[in-house]
Amino acid sequence: MGSALFFLTVYLIYPILNTAYISFLGKGSKEFTGLSNYWYVFTNADMLAALKNNLLWLVLFTSITVGLGLVIAFLTDRVRYEAGAKALIFLPMAISFVAASVIWRFMFEFRPAGVPQIGLLNAAMDSLPGLEPVAWLVNPRVNNFALIGVGIWVWTGFCMVILSAGLKGIPIGILEAARIDGASEWRIFWNIIVPMMRNTILVVATTMVIIVLKVFDIVYVMTNGNLGTEVIANRMYKEMFNYHHFGRASAIAVILLLAVIPAIVFNLRRFRAQETMQ
Amino acid sequence: MGMGGKFRMKAKREVRVAALLLLCSFLLPPLPTGRIALSNPFMGFGPGLAHSSSRAVNVLGLWSGSELRDFQNVVAPWEKETGYSMAFVSTRDLNAVLTTRLAAGDPPEVSILPNPGFMHELADRGKLVPLDTVLDMNRIRRNYASSWLDLGTHGEKLYAIFYKATSKGTIWYSPKNFRAKGYSVPKTWEEMLELSDRIVSQGGTPWVIAAESGAATGWPLTDWIEIIVLNTSGPDIYDRWIAHEIPWTAPAIRRGFETLGRIVHTPKYVYGGPTGVLATNFINGAYVPFTKPPGAYMNYLGGFAQTFIKRDYPNFRPGEDYAFFPFPPIEPGYASGLTGGADVIVLTKDTPGARSLIQYLSTAKAQELWAKKGGFIASNKNVKLDAYPDVIARQMAFQLANVRVFRFDGSDLMPAKLGDAFFKATLEYVNKPSELDKILQSVEEVAVDAYGKGRGR
Repeated sequence: MGSALFFLTVYLIYPILNTAYISFLGKGSKEFTGLSNYWYVFTNADMLAALKNNLLWLVLFTSITVGLGLVIAFLTDRVRYEAGAKALIFLPMAISFVAASVIWRFMFEFRPAGVPQIGLLNAAMDSLPGLEPVAWLVNPRVNNFALIGVGIWVWTGFCMVILSAGLKGIPIGILEAARIDGASEWRIFWNIIVPMMRNTILVVATTMVIIVLKVFDIVYVMTNGNLGTEVIANRMYKEMFNYHHFGRASAIAVILLLAVIPAIVFNLRRFRAQETMQ
Repeated sequence: MGMGGKFRMKAKREVRVAALLLLCSFLLPPLPTGRIALSNPFMGFGPGLAHSSSRAVNVLGLWSGSELRDFQNVVAPWEKETGYSMAFVSTRDLNAVLTTRLAAGDPPEVSILPNPGFMHELADRGKLVPLDTVLDMNRIRRNYASSWLDLGTHGEKLYAIFYKATSKGTIWYSPKNFRAKGYSVPKTWEEMLELSDRIVSQGGTPWVIAAESGAATGWPLTDWIEIIVLNTSGPDIYDRWIAHEIPWTAPAIRRGFETLGRIVHTPKYVYGGPTGVLATNFINGAYVPFTKPPGAYMNYLGGFAQTFIKRDYPNFRPGEDYAFFPFPPIEPGYASGLTGGADVIVLTKDTPGARSLIQYLSTAKAQELWAKKGGFIASNKNVKLDAYPDVIARQMAFQLANVRVFRFDGSDLMPAKLGDAFFKATLEYVNKPSELDKILQSVEEVAVDAYGKGRGR
């Protein structure tokens, strides 16, 4: 216990307190500037855009990874090639985000209409009559969705695996009884599986929330926040390493931490509730 | 970011993250020295760890691959002569790595920065060793044009040697394609627009403008605007703009954007239109004038474009299959202003080995070694023109050596934050030209923020 406390203090508590302290200091951490860094974070146009985009990520990424993961877990549950199908969907998890982003940059590659396309998506668009190639990462109408799509591609497999394990925990007898009573599979899904898996779904969803708030790699590699795709963590990196404004970078870090805390507390409560139930 | 640095930096973003991982390796406890270290699995992982003998001079820079090999070739005679060795740490994220190592009290001896903006910042924080006492200043003054020395001076002291120079006044084209259509090289901006119209009327695309460059997307557009401002409003306004003595909303800057817009937003002028500008990678763009049929006829891109062209078309004859013409004058009063840049060598830790290396690198002899290999224009004016391997490199060296008005790439001189905002502003302008006022206003706000807090310049 003593050594655990020591490591917690050195590697967690001290850095958090120090970051919070620096967030009240100026650019070079020399002078006290009060709340001005926080004021900047909530008034600067780039930061506001980043906050808005993080909200978009939060809603779309979380709902789609969890929803899709649940559907896939359910669909693959009783097919013969379950292991193979799941392995394929889980595979992107094994790729680092940076590598995944580089791969997807090729998928999204754009050449002007009339020039042979080398990106898969635009080559497909090109082969269909009446469609023009789309600059996926440039066009402000689609670029955020393109980035979120990459995140979903990477994380859906993770959700699927956890949810699938939860699904297998449902006693087969309940499902069989429902089927004998003539319930449709749709009804079984909504009225038995989803309620019985509520805890697992919530834990997976909160985990996704924590992950999405920290989203950085994909945006950094693919657009670096240009043309309306900025996110908070990328902003923090820029303030810290490009602009050397330690105060603002720390203020963003503190805000990210505060945003994640409710999700963590929720997760811990669920976890504890489950422990006591068993 | 450095002209050279900019494109290098952006070529592969993933490597930046690798640099972060490398940083983590610095957190490892120091390795035991002596024989045990040889079997240590971390040997050779971080060059900073690999060479710990006192005869090694640590150098931090952006170069890797063939550039690094060329640089090692330059350093080899010095190593042989002095018995020192160079340990080069290559990173794509130089600012972050150097900042961290300085903060940790473990700076490299010599750092090669992509731009003088960061040099001024470091000199201001007292992190650099002045070179006045390290180098023989009389010899330096005989070897370098005063414009280079001014750029390397902070306060009253010289802090930097400019090394690998680049002209940013080069418009690349294919003389073969021009001849086939009967086009001639335009001598003025007006002639260039007339030529563009003529190319459009014959069904061709006059321009490729490729601004995509990963995290640094936009810099090719800032290069356009900088040389336009220099050639429409003159060096005085240019300097005041970079120093933020005139606001970004000033007519001269507005005109810079609008003059670029004259090309970007004229239908059929640009490969892929405005979307093509934003989505085409600058390296891929360099090939577009040389495809069959040509995707475009002209490409304004720094002198380093020659490296890309040579790499992808090794059989091209310089001057025949590819060539450049100088960026044409726009306002007669401010003709032939040239922008460009150079890598900046600074001393971040004072050791005898580091002094010896920086002295060596400042000599014409050391620069000639790289000039012969190509892809290198020397800043030292005593490097002979016949040291260069081909006619294009000689023309660029000549252009740089004989320029009347030379200015360093402006976005490289601005605080990083403002440089970033400038990149972003060009992208937004290409996307929505009608919002130019709003865009310039938002850059002005960043400029006030960046300069207002006192950068000590």
